[in-house]
Amino acid sequence: MSLEQSDNLVVEQAQTLDSGEVELPAAVQPWTTWKRLRRNFTAVFSIGILVILTVCALAAPLLTNNAPLTIDPVHRLRAPGVEGHLFGTDYLGRDVFAIVLFGGRTTLVVGLLVTAISMVIAAVLGLLSGFYPKVDAVLMRVVDGFMSFPSIVLATAAAGYFGPSVATVILALTIVLIWPSLRIVRGSALVARELLMVEAGRSVGVPESRILWKYVFPIVRAPILVQTSFIFSAAVLGEAALSFIGLGVDSKTVSWGSALTEARNYIQNAWWIAVFPGIALVLTILALNLLGDALRDILDPRLARR
Amino acid sequence: MVKQTTASSPLLQVEDLGKTFGQKPPVQAVRGVNFSIAQGQTFGLVGESGSGKSTTGRLVLRLLEPSAGRVLFRGNDLGKLGKKELRQERRHMQMIFQDPYGSLNRWMSIRETLEEPLLVHGLLDPAGRKQRVETLLNEVGLPKAALDKYPHEFSGGQRQRIAIARALVTEPELIVADEPVSALDVSVQAQVLNLLLNLQESHKMTLLFISHDLRVVEFMCDQIAVMYLGQIMELGPRKAIYRTPQHPYTRALLDSIPGRGKKELPRLKGEIPSPSAIPPGCPFNTRCPLAFDRCFREQPALYELSPGHVSACHLAEAEGQPQGRPNNIAMSPGTGA
Ligand SMILES: Nc1ncnc2c1ncn2[C@@H]1O[C@H](COP(=O)(O)OP(=O)(O)OP(=O)(O)O)[C@@H](O)[C@H]1O
Ligand SMILES: [Mg+2]
Repeated sequence: MSLEQSDNLVVEQAQTLDSGEVELPAAVQPWTTWKRLRRNFTAVFSIGILVILTVCALAAPLLTNNAPLTIDPVHRLRAPGVEGHLFGTDYLGRDVFAIVLFGGRTTLVVGLLVTAISMVIAAVLGLLSGFYPKVDAVLMRVVDGFMSFPSIVLATAAAGYFGPSVATVILALTIVLIWPSLRIVRGSALVARELLMVEAGRSVGVPESRILWKYVFPIVRAPILVQTSFIFSAAVLGEAALSFIGLGVDSKTVSWGSALTEARNYIQNAWWIAVFPGIALVLTILALNLLGDALRDILDPRLARR
Repeated sequence: MVKQTTASSPLLQVEDLGKTFGQKPPVQAVRGVNFSIAQGQTFGLVGESGSGKSTTGRLVLRLLEPSAGRVLFRGNDLGKLGKKELRQERRHMQMIFQDPYGSLNRWMSIRETLEEPLLVHGLLDPAGRKQRVETLLNEVGLPKAALDKYPHEFSGGQRQRIAIARALVTEPELIVADEPVSALDVSVQAQVLNLLLNLQESHKMTLLFISHDLRVVEFMCDQIAVMYLGQIMELGPRKAIYRTPQHPYTRALLDSIPGRGKKELPRLKGEIPSPSAIPPGCPFNTRCPLAFDRCFREQPALYELSPGHVSACHLAEAEGQPQGRPNNIAMSPGTGA
């Protein structure tokens, strides 16, 4: 999956940096990143899609008068466009357009929180691990332990243990998604540790905590950024997967995953119940992965042209 | 340039310093190095690439842990200081690196870079720091407008000026300058060297100056040590080293300077051996045009040829007095007169 690819990137990047004179690639430098981002079509395109999806989710009450959970047995299984139901209604007469919009909010919340929490933990632990061999020895065993389980099994176990709710989904996905990012941050920190500017900082008398924050963190920021969009997409997909097997959000919350589950039995006569949440999900995942790839290109030292 | 020699106790004393990297095979980067630098002096360390100059500089500032020996700075053994004390002591000893761009934090503006040493050592109040940074920037010949720029906006020479300003901002007593101009264009090398000399004079600093260029060292230094494979081969006042060099390695290096009169020795053959496979006996024996059988058996002691001028060569035995301290801890028995 995409997580492993980005892992490889950091290893290659580390080798590029490691060989001979340790010189930072141009692309890891902040002032080139923004320029390249604006010139990269894929990046602009995927950011555009994500912005539209986000705005739709946030502005849901303004875009529809229907509530996603209002049952209307009289108007069951209406086709798209009929009677003011843009995306039709499901088997309980709920408005699919509203489900997609409000479900997007769940996706957004889960994605944002999982990404934020796991990236912060991964960044802090990864930095410490890359910098302090003693921390590293312990932490890497823990990481190996967690990563030896297939992530869906681990997430299922965690979600099953805590019972279905949004908080559970966030917790379960965070537990799964910390580790690959942690390894990536650690890899960059290992490289950064050898940089001349870090030694120069030490020679000046800069304390270790400030070295980590002011010297090393800016370097690991780039891989963290790339990782963020992949983690976000993994979280969105993970939420849908957990909801789909019934271990996701509770019945009072709408999400694309739970909408897909409920659509299962009706897909043959009411395709729209499955297709619209499905399109929203695919579009989000696609945009996030495109963005991740674009960021990787932008920040890839091998593509760095001065 | 003439400088006054003060006969006070040395600011820096290096005793039997050694550093071995790794295990298989161990790389003996520095072996049994002794020297001392008096307050206000410039001490030059010359030698070919891989002779252990940078490692010595790092050991002196304890950016590296020595494998053997000790460093006394202002009379204190740096090895006895705790982590925090050592960090605080760094205020008094700073380093200038060969690669100015690599040594500057490119995410920090010049203002932040120059204020950082003051900040982390808790020196001056914000207004005082601002003042000090501006004064120093002026002293290294950069305009005030440079303060809010970032390292990538400068040329190599300007970056090195910034690095010099950073090293000076806490008013250190000792500066280790590791090949500070060898990464720069020839056209700006002289300017930066002159700047260093002037600053040293005005700030009364002591300088450990590392270079592979004998002409630069002659221009800058009062005392000179010639290193080869991690050892000091010859050490003495500038005049002695340049007018009456004794060690064949020193003479060969001097011969290699273009346009420096008659050649004393045939050209050096071969390359410097790897520091992980240092030949037994005299380390220079694989390339020395004057080597004889004893050089392959016995490591030479340091012989004193004149006050302060020592050489680690068997040929110096006839001319000089064996010095109290041997050049190398692992000296073979029976050496010396
Ligand atoms: N961190 C390290 N790990 C392993 N070996 C090292 C390390 N630092 C230096 N060395 C080795 O120690 C030897 C001396 O290196 P040093 O950098 O001190 O030489 P130098 O005289 O400064 O050379 P140059 O003119 O190339 O800068 C070299 O063979 C080098 O490969
Ligand atoms: Mg060097």
